[in-house]
Amino acid sequence: MMKTSFPAYRPLALAVLCAAALALVPLIGPRAVVQDLFGILCLLVLALNWNMLAGFAGLVSVGQQAFVGIGAYTMFAAVILFGLDPLAGVLLGGLVAMALAVPVACFVFRLNGAYFAIGTWVAAEIARLGLGQWKALGGGTGTSLPKGTTRDMLGVGPVKEWLGVSSAAASDILLYWLALGLVLVTLGVSWAFLRSRMGLGLQAIRDNAMAARAVGVDPVRLKALVFLLTAFGTGLCGGLLFIQITRITPDAAFSLLDWTAFVLFVVVIGGIGTLPGPIVGVVVFYALERLLSDYGSAYLIVLGLFGIAVMLFARRGLWGSLSGRTGLELLPLGHRAPASASAVRP
Amino acid sequence: MALLSLRSVSKSFGALKVTDDVSFDLQPGEALGIIGPNGAGKSTLFNLITGNLRPDAGQILLDGRDVSADSVMARCAAGIGRSFQIPQPFGHLSVYENLLVAARFGGGLAAAEAPEFCMDILRRTGLAGVADSPAGGLPLLSRKRLELARAMATRPRVLLLDEIAGGLTDAECVELVATIRAIHAEGTAIVWIEHVLHALNSVVNRLIVLNFGRLLMVGDVKTVMNSAEVREIYLGAEV
Repeated sequence: MMKTSFPAYRPLALAVLCAAALALVPLIGPRAVVQDLFGILCLLVLALNWNMLAGFAGLVSVGQQAFVGIGAYTMFAAVILFGLDPLAGVLLGGLVAMALAVPVACFVFRLNGAYFAIGTWVAAEIARLGLGQWKALGGGTGTSLPKGTTRDMLGVGPVKEWLGVSSAAASDILLYWLALGLVLVTLGVSWAFLRSRMGLGLQAIRDNAMAARAVGVDPVRLKALVFLLTAFGTGLCGGLLFIQITRITPDAAFSLLDWTAFVLFVVVIGGIGTLPGPIVGVVVFYALERLLSDYGSAYLIVLGLFGIAVMLFARRGLWGSLSGRTGLELLPLGHRAPASASAVRP
Repeated sequence: MALLSLRSVSKSFGALKVTDDVSFDLQPGEALGIIGPNGAGKSTLFNLITGNLRPDAGQILLDGRDVSADSVMARCAAGIGRSFQIPQPFGHLSVYENLLVAARFGGGLAAAEAPEFCMDILRRTGLAGVADSPAGGLPLLSRKRLELARAMATRPRVLLLDEIAGGLTDAECVELVATIRAIHAEGTAIVWIEHVLHALNSVVNRLIVLNFGRLLMVGDVKTVMNSAEVREIYLGAEV
């Protein structure tokens, strides 16, 4: 079956339109919506990263909360211990997460499949227990960002003046825009990466690792690269998230439920191994969350049932199934043969 | 200097010696056939040459350099190309992309040169018409051709073909042999494991006979095929 794809500019135009609409939300929407959407955008960043890891590199990690927590703790340390701007702390958080991903990779890359998943989870637990010992950051009970940290954050002043809102609202808006920017950058980098030589190699490995090696593709090298890059993105997101949360504890920063289980749900229902999948997944997740927010824990039960239903009846996720059925491709990753090929098509 | 040399290479799986003290040289541009009954250790020999298996003893030399400790990827980049006995396409990628991976990685070609290079191989192997089709949906002949084409895209100096003619009709076989002969004529050395002897013997200059992992005989095609020992062990004929 031939796949049809929009001309290249269409998805780009669509993306620009959506991004512009989302960027305008803080100007018209109430603050609660901005805060809500900030959380959703961060969830999308985590989902895009996990999708690269599990969907494209075949590394099914259930320990990505390790890098959220490390990013968050690094940001706190930067602010509290070194008096840096929280946004500088976010950047440091990404870098530290990537640096710590090296020893983690040395450990978990010796494992395969289910053992790899367990290994990543163990690494995350070690990080959680380890940081719980850091007395300067509150040990096991955690700590808060000093008062005024977000108010004095880089960029809050201009936003406040420009929009004529309170400091607290301005910091919310700024964080929201940063999260939106992070989504767009992550999406753009993912697409460019998957279209590159390395992305092609990654897709070859996914189809047949033995044959990939035989044509010169080094699976360990490519997977390690994806592991490090996604640790960076996940660490950045962790730092950003906890500026808004303003309070950190080891349990919250390394929460398996918040930073991995929900992420997994989003990617799986949206369509693992497709680029638009996590976006579809996060929209569905947000809708379900809004619809069911009044029903307490029943919300988690419905979420679980929905996830199971998708896994049973639409195994490639909502986007994957739609794309497979209609041949629609929004962010095509393929490389078409040069034009001379179609001339001899029988 | 020999392009590829095996020196006293041995490999055991437990108590079973699948490769037993095998030595031979392959000259640049030569075409060498490997025959022997099932289980003689022919595919194992390929896996030792490509690096999928490490020898227990002995050395594998490429251009006189010992590559016994090198990875599969490094050996591919150094010029060892390989087609699998059971086709192993990248099923979700298009035929063209299958070659593109090989050209960009093993072949070391830049983004600008790779597309035309791949198309050229696709045309020569008769796959240009299905360039944009998913490789997973190809019929057997096309899969065999793809194995050959993808190995070619790594720009090998020695091409290892593992029973590439097996399972094809006579007409299909003739076509494939013509392609292989053309590749060989351009100077690519070939080592070819094959049961379809008429196909094999129309291309190779020399034959190696393996039996129980041991090198039973090396010689030109005529001598080997006429030897009583080979007829008995390999063809099961009465002497």
